[in-house]
Amino acid sequence: MDPILLARIQFGANISFHILFPTITIALGWVLLFFKLRFNATGNEAWMNAYRFWVKVFALSFALGVVSGITMSFQFGTNWPGFMEHVGNIAGPLLAYEVLTAFFLEATFLGIMLFGFRRVPGWAHTLATFLVAFGTTMSAFWILVLNSWMHTPAGFEMREGVAHATDWMAIIFNPSMPYRLGHMLLASGLTCAFLIAGLSAWRWLRQDRGEDVRLALRAGIWLAAALIPVQILVGDLHGLNTLEHQPAKVAAMEGNWETRGNVPLVLFAIPNERERRNDYAIEIPNGASLILKHEATGVVPGLNDFVGKHPPVAPVFYAFRIMVGMGMAMLALSWLGAFLLWRKGELPRLIAWGFVAMTFSGWVATLAGWYVTEIGRQPWLVTGVLTTAQAASTVPAGMIGTTLALYLAIYALLMIAYISVLFHLARKAGGPGTAPPPAYAVRLQAAE
Amino acid sequence: MELISNNLPIVFAGLMAISILAYVILDGYDLGVGMLMARGDRSERDRMIATIGPFWDANETWLVLGIGLLLVAFPAAHGLVLTELYLPVALMLLGLTLRGVAFEFRVKAQTRFQNAWDRAFIGGSLLAAITQGYMLGRYIMGFQDGFWQEAFALAAGFGLAAAYTFVGSTWLIAKTEGELQARAVLWARASLLLTLAGMIAVSLATPLVSPRIFDRWFSFPNIIGLASIPLMTGALFLSLWIFLRRMPRTDHSLDLVPFLGAMALFTLGFLGLAYSFYPYIVPEKLTIRAAASATESLWIILLGAVFVLPFIAGYTAFSYYVFRGKARELRYD
Repeated sequence: MDPILLARIQFGANISFHILFPTITIALGWVLLFFKLRFNATGNEAWMNAYRFWVKVFALSFALGVVSGITMSFQFGTNWPGFMEHVGNIAGPLLAYEVLTAFFLEATFLGIMLFGFRRVPGWAHTLATFLVAFGTTMSAFWILVLNSWMHTPAGFEMREGVAHATDWMAIIFNPSMPYRLGHMLLASGLTCAFLIAGLSAWRWLRQDRGEDVRLALRAGIWLAAALIPVQILVGDLHGLNTLEHQPAKVAAMEGNWETRGNVPLVLFAIPNERERRNDYAIEIPNGASLILKHEATGVVPGLNDFVGKHPPVAPVFYAFRIMVGMGMAMLALSWLGAFLLWRKGELPRLIAWGFVAMTFSGWVATLAGWYVTEIGRQPWLVTGVLTTAQAASTVPAGMIGTTLALYLAIYALLMIAYISVLFHLARKAGGPGTAPPPAYAVRLQAAE
Repeated sequence: MELISNNLPIVFAGLMAISILAYVILDGYDLGVGMLMARGDRSERDRMIATIGPFWDANETWLVLGIGLLLVAFPAAHGLVLTELYLPVALMLLGLTLRGVAFEFRVKAQTRFQNAWDRAFIGGSLLAAITQGYMLGRYIMGFQDGFWQEAFALAAGFGLAAAYTFVGSTWLIAKTEGELQARAVLWARASLLLTLAGMIAVSLATPLVSPRIFDRWFSFPNIIGLASIPLMTGALFLSLWIFLRRMPRTDHSLDLVPFLGAMALFTLGFLGLAYSFYPYIVPEKLTIRAAASATESLWIILLGAVFVLPFIAGYTAFSYYVFRGKARELRYD
């Protein structure tokens, strides 16, 4: 097999596995701070119980993020030596700042946050919680600065094939950074909100209805309902920004082959790259023109303008539909749930099961979104500067294949262990007295 | 400023050396405790884990900093070294992954899986320690292939595992009491002897592999000043041995001494290696200066490091202060 493809699959597998856990911890850190502050303000032990349960989930997710992140720090070099060779002068300082300003901060204060409750004063424990949340967010900031720079590079000049920084403010605040950072932080918030809502709904359905469970359930649903419209707006702005800087990616997302006006919105189709058309398309007339140009006759770029220089169409096209579909499902469920909580103070069982089913919806949407943007960047590693093939390593395919099999096996094992332990923790938290809900238990009183 | 500018690669080699030394000592003790858990029952294991619980995450971050500095400051060396060490690196990562997650899973998973996660913690710690020592051995051998070179690297793997076990035992002496501490003293004595054997093997092999290194150490007049390193190391071994013969003591005021001795031992060994290989970053192939990346970017990193490292040192010290004394049960509440 082609070593470049293997290296991409290996790096892609690792980074996909990795991103699942920071996506939870970035927002969960702030939710824990919220629980802690509510406890400080009200003295209500239920907030502290919610904190104690979710801090365990945080610790577990954090550990998985750390170990897969260490693997990544090695794979930057082993899989893409050309990356550092050509753009190391930009990427290097950004990565170094991530380690210096974020990793040590979160790793050190995590110890105090987890095990220091009885060893430090209350305010110091709250401060440790804040610093951990701040650290995870700083880490997201630096890595998204670097990732955005790879999509929309700025503030540098090329000398003898090597990028040299000329303006660090332009590098950090590169054109796509604010949109990507906002989109990712909101994705983290939504992933965390649905995780909290889903696991709490599951505990509630099992008759584990302590005040802490109901408070967490409400917090999760309200957070989801509040964030999803903002996310849809920011996602739209992010798409318009991509249209400006990476039109080929947007063309693949829309499945649009010819540059023209009155481009329909393709709801579903099978992109046929060989014949360069869509098969079995279901379309809304003028939809894409309206969304991207805000008028029916708006001209939308097509893939045929970028022959040989656009990403593979099908994965970008499908992943985009999965992400948007998941977003719509999130909007529907969270608003319905929030409305019922507000009007009736209770959730019907069916809706509660809906939240259980959507526990990991944030992961699906986040992964799909990252596949859209990263596969959509191909064939470039750094847009217009460096192709993925130029950066690939000389490690033989057999060796990459062997280690890839090893990584995949271990990630599959860890994934199963992680999800089963989450539900095990939830079951255990309810104590031995909780049983599956009897059939006649149809409704709940949510916390007022 | 100009002095620093002209010597930026050397400054970064120094920073990287500090990170690696910090990693080897700090993650060394928690990897060592991990391997020693093979000797404990379930309740002893819980107490052993409690001594490293609040620290292991931050300890491992020094590896990310060290490898990050190699990547950003010496990209050419990074490519060469990691291509040579591709498989052992993958195995080390597997070990670190297993132990890192087992730390959480061993208490949070369903009871029937907890022993399996304990074994993953022990096995992962052992795998990480041996592969790191193996990589050190390959590095000392200048990445040459051959039966004896491989055999030496493998021996170095067990040597480093022994050294980690030693620093781990001294950490347990400092952080536990009673029967577990008494056992840790026995572990420390045994692993001290193995560590001694490993350090002697490396000290003999290094000058034999390279005439350049031989000349650095044994030419006149260098030998007069340099003799202090092996002499101090020898004296330290002897004092540690004598001190450990008199442990455990009823009064706990000196419980930290063996750990401090282990830190000094690691530092001396590290200095010896650093002196042997300077100015090379990849033995006999690539010098520190030749491997360095562009100076503008190194300046940016240096500014950040100079500003942030004191804070990191400060809050690390604070965390060790918060969890000072004998370790208590790990509790979330």
